[in-house]
Amino acid sequence: MNFDFSDEQKQLRDEARKFLTEKCSPKAVRAVLDGKASYDRELWQGLAEMGFLGVAIPENYGGAGAGHLELCVIAEEMGRALAPVPFSSTVYLAAEALLIAGSDVQKQKWLPKIAKGEAIGTLALFEGKGNPSPQAVKLAASGNALTGVKMPVADGAIADFAIVVARTGSGGRDSDISLYLAELKGEGVETKALSNIDPTRGQAEITFKNAKAEPLGRVGDGWSILTQVLDRAAVLMAFEQVGGSDRALEMGRDYALDRIAFGRPIGSFQAVKHMLADMYVSATLARSNSYYGAWALSTNSSELPEAAAAARISATQAFQHCAKNNIQVHGGMGFTWEFDCHMFYRRANATALGLGSLSYWEDQLIDRMRKKNAA
Amino acid sequence: MNFEDTPQEAAFRAEARAWITANAPKQYEDELRKSSLGRTRLEGANVLEVAKAWQKKKADAGWACLHWPKDYGGRGSSPIERVIWQQEEGAFGKLSAMFIIGHGMCGPTMMAFASEEQKRHYLPPLASGENVWCQLFSEPSAGSDVAGLRTRAEKRGDDWIVNGQKIWTSGAHYSDYGILLTRTDPTAPKHKGLTMFFLDMKSPGVEVRPIKQASGQSDFNEVYFSDVKIPDAQRLGNVNDGWNVALTTLMNERMSIGAGVATGFPELFEFCNNLMLEDGLAIDDRNVRSKLANWAVRASGLKYTSLRAISALSKGERPGPENSIGKLVAGAMIQEVAMFALDLEGAAGVLNGPEAELAGKFQAMLLRAPGTRVEGGTDEIMRNIIAERVLGLPGDVRVDKDLPFNQIPTKGRA
Repeated sequence: MNFDFSDEQKQLRDEARKFLTEKCSPKAVRAVLDGKASYDRELWQGLAEMGFLGVAIPENYGGAGAGHLELCVIAEEMGRALAPVPFSSTVYLAAEALLIAGSDVQKQKWLPKIAKGEAIGTLALFEGKGNPSPQAVKLAASGNALTGVKMPVADGAIADFAIVVARTGSGGRDSDISLYLAELKGEGVETKALSNIDPTRGQAEITFKNAKAEPLGRVGDGWSILTQVLDRAAVLMAFEQVGGSDRALEMGRDYALDRIAFGRPIGSFQAVKHMLADMYVSATLARSNSYYGAWALSTNSSELPEAAAAARISATQAFQHCAKNNIQVHGGMGFTWEFDCHMFYRRANATALGLGSLSYWEDQLIDRMRKKNAA
Repeated sequence: MNFEDTPQEAAFRAEARAWITANAPKQYEDELRKSSLGRTRLEGANVLEVAKAWQKKKADAGWACLHWPKDYGGRGSSPIERVIWQQEEGAFGKLSAMFIIGHGMCGPTMMAFASEEQKRHYLPPLASGENVWCQLFSEPSAGSDVAGLRTRAEKRGDDWIVNGQKIWTSGAHYSDYGILLTRTDPTAPKHKGLTMFFLDMKSPGVEVRPIKQASGQSDFNEVYFSDVKIPDAQRLGNVNDGWNVALTTLMNERMSIGAGVATGFPELFEFCNNLMLEDGLAIDDRNVRSKLANWAVRASGLKYTSLRAISALSKGERPGPENSIGKLVAGAMIQEVAMFALDLEGAAGVLNGPEAELAGKFQAMLLRAPGTRVEGGTDEIMRNIIAERVLGLPGDVRVDKDLPFNQIPTKGRA
């Protein structure tokens, strides 16, 4: 049994960590946080040069052709560093959708650009409040033209193209939904940046008015493709969350070792120790569930739906838990803008929602476990 | 990343499986599979006898205490082979419960500190289950703070005379031998005046009294020592160095990786799949689903954490510290799960006789659960261990660390 990453994959993780430590310091994250830039362009180019953007894209489409386990270890490091770039939107959502359902022409056009850092992509799914469901999709496609409003769309204001979830039938069935690929710089598309709890990853509203688009996959297959994309993205995002959890835990641990109160390091008080021990428990459970997700993703296993939901829930809980208690360990200083704790807190709570909320994934997990049980 | 055996592992698994298929007491398999937390009971059979017979059969064929050296009754197997054996033994492994302390703690301690002659004499019958061993550490005033124990051992000629009381001794009532931690120098600081022995539980002056637990069962005992004579030859380690010997014992307590810990989740999931509430199946209820999902990811998290540790063993590496979370997570979870199951049953959840749902499975779980959060290290001690050994946080301030033991206060409020 080898339920672990290979030595080469671990080496890649070390490389990614080294690169990000250098190129993505908290100061760089703060430049985006403070609104000095909408994302870190230099870092984005660097990630392209390192081959990280196309690590899971096949070589014939301009990628490194490595695989999803390699992408998982990079995702973990991106989460650790709070990288302020549209990595998850472009790589986990847009590129995965193209890989699953894109025509050869679509893949040839977009995947090499993604790998080179020349195109930012995203998924335009939500239309206001609520979780993914066919009934909630109002944006309509007719004759390869889209009309409707999507929001929030992660990285929507800086994206070059979006995979748009659109209605092609009148009912609430899965088959009434189709996916379209739309360029966002073209006519009939307006994007507006929206204020959000984690400014290091932008959110936008995109209005389509009879905007030109092309189908991605067969018309009527949209919901089934979307489900696969979300499952794959859930695993990859879980690794970001695991990376963030670990870093928040380390920050709390380090502060507890250094900070003296009542004549002792605060890490010697059981109230603080036990809080940190519980953070370690969450982070460990999340990591193990995410490894299961990584295995299912990389082997195209029929267990992926269940594994993805478990990874998603566990990693979301862990990152939220570690991020909030990291602030608690830091006390008053943790609540200042100056300390980095709030950046993890913001990211933890934003990533908890992007692919559907915790309660949505809880529901999914139970459905999927029942299905497996019945089979 | 894969879950497959290496060719050697696969060969070992096939050999183990074939032997188990041919030899295990299959007539009890169903009952063993169904028995969850609480106690293993077998209809019309004495479980101790069945367990001893199975252990002896394994030992005769070389399948007992796999990781022990052959000379001491083991098989000289690698850690991963031991895990594979546990996976294959499956429900029959529950029959090993009465040997866990002897095999997991007493045996390794004897191996590290007994003479060669003693090891050859005592270890093979321990491996084969002919002799059962217990561990005599905890005392009424020394639980989590086990180094605060007061049972005295005084040297008289070539013997030691022991007086005092132990508590929470699992299986003392059917044990043949025990390892015993005593205080030999009350004027030294508490960790520096302890000495370890092993003794025959039939020695004159040893009295075993069962404890009736809060759950109504009696798995543990009090053991009283009145002028019990132990030859100096049965001392393990140096005089007053017993704490270091005990650390060897306790380190082995946390070694079990392959067995998997009970969480109550599979039982609850099945229950919710079948339970009709006023407005439909329990599993269709939003609140039920949310709770189930949260426990599901804890259960799967534990499962895959243990598979990570097994992978390390498979590669010949030492597992990381991840496995230290198992007992902490599972212990709290089984209690929550039991309470929730009773809640779903409504007023009838209070029953635990023949009228109870599932013959009172969750009621038994509920009543046993507080013990799981205390035995083998309380939740709080487990958190201390994670904080100190895994995260590297400072140890507690120990106000009694350097005081002579007999000057440590013994009362809280005056």
